[in-house]
Amino acid sequence: MATTHADLVAKKPRRGLVAVLMNLRESWVGMIGLAIILFWVVVALLAPIISPYDPLAIQTPFAKPGSPAPDGGVFWLGADHLGRDVLSRVAWGSRTVLIYAPLATFCAYLVGILMGLMAGYRRGWIDILLSRVGDIILSFPVLLLYIIAIQEFGRSNLNIVIAIVFGSAPGIMRIVRGLTLDIREREYVAAAQVRGESNWYIMLTEILPNARGPLIVDACLRLGYVIITIGILGFLGLGLPPPDPEWGGMISETRAMAMIFPHMTLAPAIALSSLVLGFNLMADGLRETSLKD
Amino acid sequence: MSQDSPLLEIENLHVSYWTRAAEVPAVIDFSLTINEGDTVGLVGESGCGKSTVAMAIMNYMGANGSIKSGAIRLRGRDITQLSQNEMRILRGNEIAMIYQEPMSSLNPAMTVAQQLMEVPMIHQGATADQARSASEQMLSDVHIPDPSRIMASYPHQISGGQQQRVVIAMALLANPSLLLLDEPTTALDVTVEAGIVKLIREIASKYKMTQIYISHNLGLILQTCERVCVMYSGQAVEEGSISNLFSQPKHPYTHGLFNCIPLPQTDKNDAPLIPIPGQLPLPHERPTGCTYGPRCRAFKIDVCDQQGIPYEHIEETNQHVRCRRWSEIKPNDLIPDKVAMENAQIGDIVLDTKNLSKHYEVEGTSRTFSTMLGFKETVALKANQELNLSARHGETLAIVGESGCGKSTFAKVLLGLETSTSGELTHDGAEIGRISVQERQQTQLAALQIVFQNPVDTLNPSHTVGAQVGRVLKKFGISHGKIDTREKTLELLAKVKLPDEFYYRLPRQLSGGQKQRIGIARAFAGKPTLVVADEPVSALDVSVQAAITELLMEIQREYGTTLLLISHDLSVVRYLSDRVVVMYLGKIVECGSRDEIFEPPYHPYTEALLAAAPIADLRVKKRDIILEGNLPSPLDPPKGCPFTTRCPRRIGDICDTTPPEEQISADGHRIACHIPLEELSQIDPVFAITE
Repeated sequence: MATTHADLVAKKPRRGLVAVLMNLRESWVGMIGLAIILFWVVVALLAPIISPYDPLAIQTPFAKPGSPAPDGGVFWLGADHLGRDVLSRVAWGSRTVLIYAPLATFCAYLVGILMGLMAGYRRGWIDILLSRVGDIILSFPVLLLYIIAIQEFGRSNLNIVIAIVFGSAPGIMRIVRGLTLDIREREYVAAAQVRGESNWYIMLTEILPNARGPLIVDACLRLGYVIITIGILGFLGLGLPPPDPEWGGMISETRAMAMIFPHMTLAPAIALSSLVLGFNLMADGLRETSLKD
Repeated sequence: MSQDSPLLEIENLHVSYWTRAAEVPAVIDFSLTINEGDTVGLVGESGCGKSTVAMAIMNYMGANGSIKSGAIRLRGRDITQLSQNEMRILRGNEIAMIYQEPMSSLNPAMTVAQQLMEVPMIHQGATADQARSASEQMLSDVHIPDPSRIMASYPHQISGGQQQRVVIAMALLANPSLLLLDEPTTALDVTVEAGIVKLIREIASKYKMTQIYISHNLGLILQTCERVCVMYSGQAVEEGSISNLFSQPKHPYTHGLFNCIPLPQTDKNDAPLIPIPGQLPLPHERPTGCTYGPRCRAFKIDVCDQQGIPYEHIEETNQHVRCRRWSEIKPNDLIPDKVAMENAQIGDIVLDTKNLSKHYEVEGTSRTFSTMLGFKETVALKANQELNLSARHGETLAIVGESGCGKSTFAKVLLGLETSTSGELTHDGAEIGRISVQERQQTQLAALQIVFQNPVDTLNPSHTVGAQVGRVLKKFGISHGKIDTREKTLELLAKVKLPDEFYYRLPRQLSGGQKQRIGIARAFAGKPTLVVADEPVSALDVSVQAAITELLMEIQREYGTTLLLISHDLSVVRYLSDRVVVMYLGKIVECGSRDEIFEPPYHPYTEALLAAAPIADLRVKKRDIILEGNLPSPLDPPKGCPFTTRCPRRIGDICDTTPPEEQISADGHRIACHIPLEELSQIDPVFAITE
């Protein structure tokens, strides 16, 4: 063969996540979203450097933003009711949310995709069973489900992830099932069937990659919802266990004094909503650019 | 009948679309004059700009297109200068358009009556009663039986052919002076198409209506038009009367098109098709000078690659041609040296069926007490009934029939995507009809493969070409290890005449013809003994069709593969096949060698199919046979002969009550008809070639 492998590889097209992000450059809405998300990722990564104090260290209660700290430094965002530095707590709190929200979303997707592929591709009783179970779960108010589940099984990081998977997977399953029903009628799926590929090969290799566009957009939106959910659970006192700083918990702990010392509540609230906004904007951008393809 | 006053003059029209990246010129320097009462065909391949011309005449270009320069004059009035409001009055009243897909031209939420009556009420200010009677009259003028029932129906309740007739009626109601028809029959079955074509001809002569008929099919243009304009890559390359252009084409592209169409004289071994090399240039990659230059066999450096090729008028034949060398080129310059081909060696029987039937259980439509209580009543849909056919090694067996005849169901049973209900289906002596694809041996899977119809769908958009072909090689144990797989994939790509660069291409980077080549490579990767080709070229452009057809045969010859060609296109069937099976409503009505099928005795259905297929050759004279009525529902087929409801040669009650026995002639030609063979042999041939 005259053509070497290296020649061919050089012509390999860019694909997957890289291509998706390259396309995103064309949407300024998406780029703003991405910038906000990257900002918080950087904050999370550099939390030990950014935070001036130990987030658990008790210093000057109710210190106003910009007021001096006992060691001569400054509480840039003030201190909370126990005298802990708000800036440090927000920075460390971003770690919590950026670990558990993607983890929970990812797990929900694993479950939802498998269920959706099975229901959409295999059809028959398995479809009826999975769809009905999904309908039943979705017919409950999700928040109520979370509360019951966590109160029942206790407050732990793992249980929060499980509760979110439980509440989100049926919705994901519906999307994947719908996409699968459409894609399974394509001729390349018939070609795979005719050469005797296994059901799992067809579902994972032939169908799933072609459903990725809408799923990536949905994942981005859903990540935003999960962040809010983790925040709400924290606010209700069912979130990740203390004393690790967590935005929902911070809002909850300080809300009674929010009228007098708004900075304690506002800082984590703004952090939370900006991150959610970031994911929503990015989802908009992805939708816009994926439609053009 | 043309009176020499021009109705429509298009002068130096330039139309462009704007995309994010750049301006894309879609129509370049297009001029055409159409006299009152003329019927003019616009012919060309996809992307040549023929539909854009029609849209420009309607001045309906969408948000990103516009007329850059030039004039379109309707009775001397330049419609490019009209305001939106003036244009709206013109559309419908003066110019009407009929589109390809009748179902999407009609509003599914409105009855036919509401949609038809709108036209006279809005355009002519008619009252509801006047509009209703005018609409009913028009429906019977377009030969719709029982117009009052159709008026009350919703579009989905009537057949595709009736839908298109309703659309035509709607266009005619406003009595426009110009009718634009954009591929009006492409979505229809061939016998239905024949009826619509006849209607369009009738309208032209009855109403003296000026028509522009847009099509990719030269045969249809021949049947419907008096003049024809050939477009290529945004330009008109040749224009003239049907008789001149079809007998003496001047432009090399027109020549090329005729050489790509399987006509009765072509033969796969002695007079094969001559594909046009290369492919249509993308709009932003058009070559300088003649846009056809890179594909032209008469290309001359420093002549054809110079800018500004004039659209010359040839006085004596009243033809236009855009070629600098038209007067020097002889038809033989445009044909490469012929190589006579040998037919593949025909061997032993590889595929055999005995009384093969496939029934689907579907929910019944009857409303009885038990169905109201929720007990579902199932009815057998007999998709295949008692099929008897066989195919030999190296042979091409064609299964012909219109949609719903069961040809695709048979392919599904053969490939194991469905299992048979009763009867035998053997491949190399082993029963496979009842074995689904999951339970088949790997050798059986590799032996039976398929080339699909739709190039858009045939490849997985997420994987590279190399990965998709390589997967088949690995799966069937043809290659072992990464390097071996890559090398064998590249060999296969070379076999379907694609360069190595395609290895890492994604399907969206390929043209339709290239995707179909990959589809062929994939089907032949496992060295199959039998390949089902399900309408392998029907979705492709004419010039690409020829290349794919030739490629398919070349590979078949090399591998000695049996080809099961499923098609509704009789010209392709005549060209490719050795033997033909004609199916109607799940049954085989005729079966024989190619020559037996295309000459009397015919089954009356075969006769109608042959008469319906358009042939792009002036020398071929055809009889007109238009089938009445619709295809009966396969849930409730006629008790006797399946074709009895539409048969023009129905002899009496026996046809309705008794299924005909197969009459078998000495050489194995089978016809299932009550009319005796001797009588069927007396019938004149459907078409004759006059010299």
